[in-house]
Amino acid sequence: MWDYLVYFVNATVLAAALRMATPLILTSMGGIFAERSGVINIGLEGMMLVGAFTGMLTSYFTGQPWLGLIGALLAGALMGLVHAVASVTYKVNQVVSGTAINIFAGGVTVFLLRWIFDVAGTSPAVSRLPVVTIPLINRIPLIGPIFGTHNIMVYMALIIVVLVHIFLFRTVWGLRLRSVGEHPKAADTVGINVFLTRYLAVIVSGAMAGLGGAYLSIAHLSRFGDQMTAGRGFIALAAMIFGKWTPFGALGASLLFGFANAVQMRLQELGIPSQFVQMVPYILTMVALAGFIGRATPPKAIGKPYEKE
Amino acid sequence: MQNILELKNITKRFPGVVANDKISLDIRAGEIHALVGENGSGKSTLMNILYGLYNADEGEIFLRGEKTKITEPRQAIDHGIGMVFQHFMLVEPLTVFENVILGSEPQKRGFIDFRGAEKEVARLSREYGLRVETGARVEDISVGQQQRLEILKALYRKADILILDEPTAVLTPQETEELFGVMRNLKEQGTTIIFITHKIREVLEISDRVSVLRRGKLVGTKNTSETDRPELAEMMVGREVLLRVEKEKAQPGEKVFSVSDLEVRDQRGTKRVKGVSLEIREGEILGIAGVEGNGQQEMVEAITGLLRADKGKITLEGKELQNLNAMQIKKKRIGYIPEDRHKRGLILDFNVADNMILGFHTEPPFVQRFFIRDERAIKENAGRLVEEYDVRPPNIQQQVSTFSGGNQQKIVAAREFSRKPKFLICSQPTRGLDIGAIEFIHKQVIDQRDKGAAILLVSAELDEILSLSDRIAVMYEGRIVGEMPVEEADEKKLGSLMLGGEARKDRGGDTVETGTE
Ligand SMILES: Nc1ncnc2c1ncn2[C@@H]1O[C@H](COP(=O)(O)OP(=O)(O)OP(=O)(O)O)[C@@H](O)[C@H]1O
Ligand SMILES: [Mg+2]
Repeated sequence: MWDYLVYFVNATVLAAALRMATPLILTSMGGIFAERSGVINIGLEGMMLVGAFTGMLTSYFTGQPWLGLIGALLAGALMGLVHAVASVTYKVNQVVSGTAINIFAGGVTVFLLRWIFDVAGTSPAVSRLPVVTIPLINRIPLIGPIFGTHNIMVYMALIIVVLVHIFLFRTVWGLRLRSVGEHPKAADTVGINVFLTRYLAVIVSGAMAGLGGAYLSIAHLSRFGDQMTAGRGFIALAAMIFGKWTPFGALGASLLFGFANAVQMRLQELGIPSQFVQMVPYILTMVALAGFIGRATPPKAIGKPYEKE
Repeated sequence: MQNILELKNITKRFPGVVANDKISLDIRAGEIHALVGENGSGKSTLMNILYGLYNADEGEIFLRGEKTKITEPRQAIDHGIGMVFQHFMLVEPLTVFENVILGSEPQKRGFIDFRGAEKEVARLSREYGLRVETGARVEDISVGQQQRLEILKALYRKADILILDEPTAVLTPQETEELFGVMRNLKEQGTTIIFITHKIREVLEISDRVSVLRRGKLVGTKNTSETDRPELAEMMVGREVLLRVEKEKAQPGEKVFSVSDLEVRDQRGTKRVKGVSLEIREGEILGIAGVEGNGQQEMVEAITGLLRADKGKITLEGKELQNLNAMQIKKKRIGYIPEDRHKRGLILDFNVADNMILGFHTEPPFVQRFFIRDERAIKENAGRLVEEYDVRPPNIQQQVSTFSGGNQQKIVAAREFSRKPKFLICSQPTRGLDIGAIEFIHKQVIDQRDKGAAILLVSAELDEILSLSDRIAVMYEGRIVGEMPVEEADEKKLGSLMLGGEARKDRGGDTVETGTE
């Protein structure tokens, strides 16, 4: 029994869990931005995918993975802008708009990959963001092997969680954002621009998802592959709900899902059929969503376009 | 006195109605100006225009002598205009003080200055006698406190013109008195107040001048000291109004409805009804008097199946109801006018026709074979009720959320009365209604009684209880603390029981006179 536990819960697995969790963490922060402002963002998956592609592409042509990161951020933001125009200004159903973005992203990345590189499936290798070792931490027993050495984006993601928390709960804009997602008319009556707030929130949401995607193509790996996000955008959405729309909650949920993923890799080593094993993170997601969180109350105005007059 | 505000020829049209029709209104600096008029006469619309939430189609606004354009609430706030809305504009999961500062937050480079903000809110709250728990979440505080919070919001933004849109509709008589105290205090400090209400008594008590709207037009403005009840009533409705209910003595028949030893907990698990027993006969109205929040709502919700009863029996014509769900109970021909029409009585995003069949929408004639809606029957039903109950505008395709508060209430009443209930529960049935509509609803209630319905009336308005009921029970802290025929009741006696009768003495601290002993 103890042996099994050690087999699944050890520094190697936990470090892998953190790596697996990183794209979920970044993208779920994006989810929080949009939904806290009252806009559903089902399009996270597609925004991630476009971010992953653009990150790879920029890194390929400039040789600079940091520029790739910026490219991914901007591409994600642009997708966010599209979603905002559709759902805030034109009041298209937000789920429909998000789904359209997912379908578009799936198609356009496959097409561009062929068109630009004349390859199917995976892009050429590009340079990626550096792996860093944190000096003191890496010497602490137990902690060191888990947190000590990672791609720099892993640390960025953790810092972003803290920043999002501070933004939401300590700053003026965070308070306004939350009020817009709960009761836009009340926000309007105290002079807050509901449309502008939602626009900015959804654009930032896209940018975060873009970063989440970039982690896959220019940090974790160093190439882009068709559909490489593989549902992570939706899992990030689940992490956001599981975390009750709070940054630290979503962080915890992302780590849990990351852990499930890491365990899954171990199970495969044990020779359990991979098709079965691959279901583990998803089953865990469903169980978590159905059972553990209890009643999660989403922002009240979520999904409803704001109508003046 | 000088005019601080002049509205000139304000016109606002909505599809199918002219909500404001060339309204010109002068407001003097430092006065309390009452604005009255029937439901749907355009009071809220006019104030929303002044606050920049709606934009007028025509007309001009002069503020302190200067022509001013107000197209956004931000501009109104910057011009010192504050508004307390008919339906509060509060963000419920946020705390009281977060709501106060929202949009005008004290900050240090983007970070909210929580300490400074809380201090400032506490100071304002003390200075104006507006008691609120600054740290509590809005969803957890009482309606009266929410209202004080709304006023604080306006004062925090340094409003010197304060609009109060029907603030007393949701207040208990004590809370209304407190509000008037605050209003007088504000007036002394130079604040101009526009005060909307349906209660003429309040107009006469608090205002300096009063303006009356009818069907979107200004009927006139009077000095309060030079007018009286009948004149105002006539100006509002355009005809003489009976300010009294006329009814024959009840002819109670068989026992129809009874509750025995009922105990109910609210959603948070607190016991709110602690062993209530009641009986109502055919053709009889039992009035439940009591300060709101003494278990009336929970009792009614247990009867209608919205809350589960912990203990006790509820019977209608000998059959037990306590374990049925709301739909099954509805099918037993129980009519219900809920006190919160936004949460319970209506689906605001549906149109009038669909709201007029809610609860009966699965029954003929509204559905035919294979669950297909019979649009003709639905339309015919709505058309008839809208006419009979004088719902304005009489457009059955219009979304219910765009109707004035009073007209929304008429829609609920029309639907519930139309199915000839055997047992009818009316919870605050005339809250927010104009005097004409109150007269009308009261007549309908009496009419239902005379047709043999047993009626349970819950109201915080003693006038209403006294004029409609045949018997009166007083509820206090989850119990019935007194019951009497209407002939033996009067305001003083009821008022004393409502505050706990003798029990109150040992607690002390209440300022209301002792009862009849
Ligand atoms: N957003 C809207 N869309 C369409 N019609 C509207 C809208 N708002 C108000 N109206 C209509 O304008 C008219 C005036 O409504 P308003 O709310 O100003 O009345 P009111 O005098 O405040 O009534 P009450 O005393 O019932 O609150 C009504 O006929 C109402 O149906
Ligand atoms: Mg109104």
